[in-house]
Amino acid sequence: MRITCPICGERDRREFYYRGAALDRPDPETGQEAWGDYVYLRDNPAGRTRDLWYHEAGCGSWLVVERDTVSHSVLDVALALDADA
Amino acid sequence: MRFSGLRVLKEGLTGNRGWTPHWRDPEPKSEYDIIIIGGGGHGLSTAYYLARTHGLRNIAVLEKGYIGGGNVGRNTTIVRANYFLPGNSEFYSHSLKLWEGLEQDLNYNVMHSQRGIINLFHSDGQRDAAARRGNAMINQGDDAVLLDRDGVRRFAPYLDFDNLRFPIYGGLYHKRGGTARHDAVAWGYARGADSRGVDLIQNCEVTGIDIEGGAVRGVQTTRGAIRAGKVGIVVAGRSSQVAAMAGMRLPVESHVLQAFVTEGLKPVIDQVITFGMGHFYISQSDKGGLVFGGDIDMYASYAARGNLPAVEHVMEAGMTLMPMIGKAKVLRSWGGIMDMTPDGSPVIDQTGIDGLFLNCGWNYGGFKAVPASGDCFAHLIATGRPHPTATGFRLDRFRTGHGILDEEGTGAQHNLH
Repeated sequence: MRITCPICGERDRREFYYRGAALDRPDPETGQEAWGDYVYLRDNPAGRTRDLWYHEAGCGSWLVVERDTVSHSVLDVALALDADA
Repeated sequence: MRFSGLRVLKEGLTGNRGWTPHWRDPEPKSEYDIIIIGGGGHGLSTAYYLARTHGLRNIAVLEKGYIGGGNVGRNTTIVRANYFLPGNSEFYSHSLKLWEGLEQDLNYNVMHSQRGIINLFHSDGQRDAAARRGNAMINQGDDAVLLDRDGVRRFAPYLDFDNLRFPIYGGLYHKRGGTARHDAVAWGYARGADSRGVDLIQNCEVTGIDIEGGAVRGVQTTRGAIRAGKVGIVVAGRSSQVAAMAGMRLPVESHVLQAFVTEGLKPVIDQVITFGMGHFYISQSDKGGLVFGGDIDMYASYAARGNLPAVEHVMEAGMTLMPMIGKAKVLRSWGGIMDMTPDGSPVIDQTGIDGLFLNCGWNYGGFKAVPASGDCFAHLIATGRPHPTATGFRLDRFRTGHGILDEEGTGAQHNLH
């Protein structure tokens, strides 16, 4: 699996740390239920998903990677700063 | 048909013509009292204990593929009860006791081999942690012996004891741990359930769960609708998809775990050995192949095959620990899809929908749990109350934060187990 970092270009998967699903962070005041869902519950799709990767051995950027969990193909990569995550 | 030594002898002398299929291949009926979704190890054992322990008969197990074709046939077959936390400890202890009586109970040779497990440690801190774990195991009524270097050397002289980076300080020896023939476990439970009247329906994929007024009414399948007042979901690897049919989101992320087997060799590794400084565990099958594995690939996946970085890590860890295996040729590798939960522990619970029960989240430790998971899930389905050894596996522990079962102590967060 190779991921194309918007800053560094195409790199081996080993350069990246996987964080998990890219989710919208709830408002701090939304209460325990929303935060419990955000921290623990996952759609966990078999197919297209968006997750957060950290370019640990590269530029140190957080990336939102759109990929397919069944085929392992990487479809799109954006800086988390720019992504509407 | 009962298996016995005499029967084997008789069949051997008469051309093995008297053996019959181990289970029927029935058409699904339009209604059952209980439907178990998933004909893996846990689903089959659930159906078996529903019939055997609770005397229930009108049960179907729905399997989208074939019996033994999922994770129950894709693991490294290790059976152990070396857990530490209350909530886990009593459950795996219960499971190991069921394993110890399983072959007699099922009248089936599952090749359960209590060859012992040695968890190696490589520092003073790890020795303290091993001693603490061993004490917890003994307090639970199971067995543990803390071995020093020479103690480990007596069992496994081939290890690289003086590895410069990771010298071996000793190991925690769990004598009653070992392995079992994974396929035979599925077949034995399938046969046991079938002979007690359970319908095992293969090639039958559940496509929907019917819920009316907050209660489950049945399921939709590729072989038609089937009604039932109680439905159990036991589909590790696909738990999120099946639960979504009931409108649920689970605290589960699916990951791929790879395992490997070499060509057959003469007996060389007598126990199960685990490396304390890298993710690597190994045993030798009765056929002679070295069976080993490591960590998950560490990203969400349903591919049932892994990538090379995890392969490389496992091979490196193996070579660091026991260089002698370097010339063995790897014959096969495979990947299974694991339900990873935030705290690394499973769920056996009700769902908030009447009659719908959930068994999921076995992470990479489901095989050894097959007997107790079935026994406890059957107990929950039959009585509506959790089994005494499985009261900790609650679905709501993440939402409430109460009763988190983080055995590794790394934090109850996805991607840390």
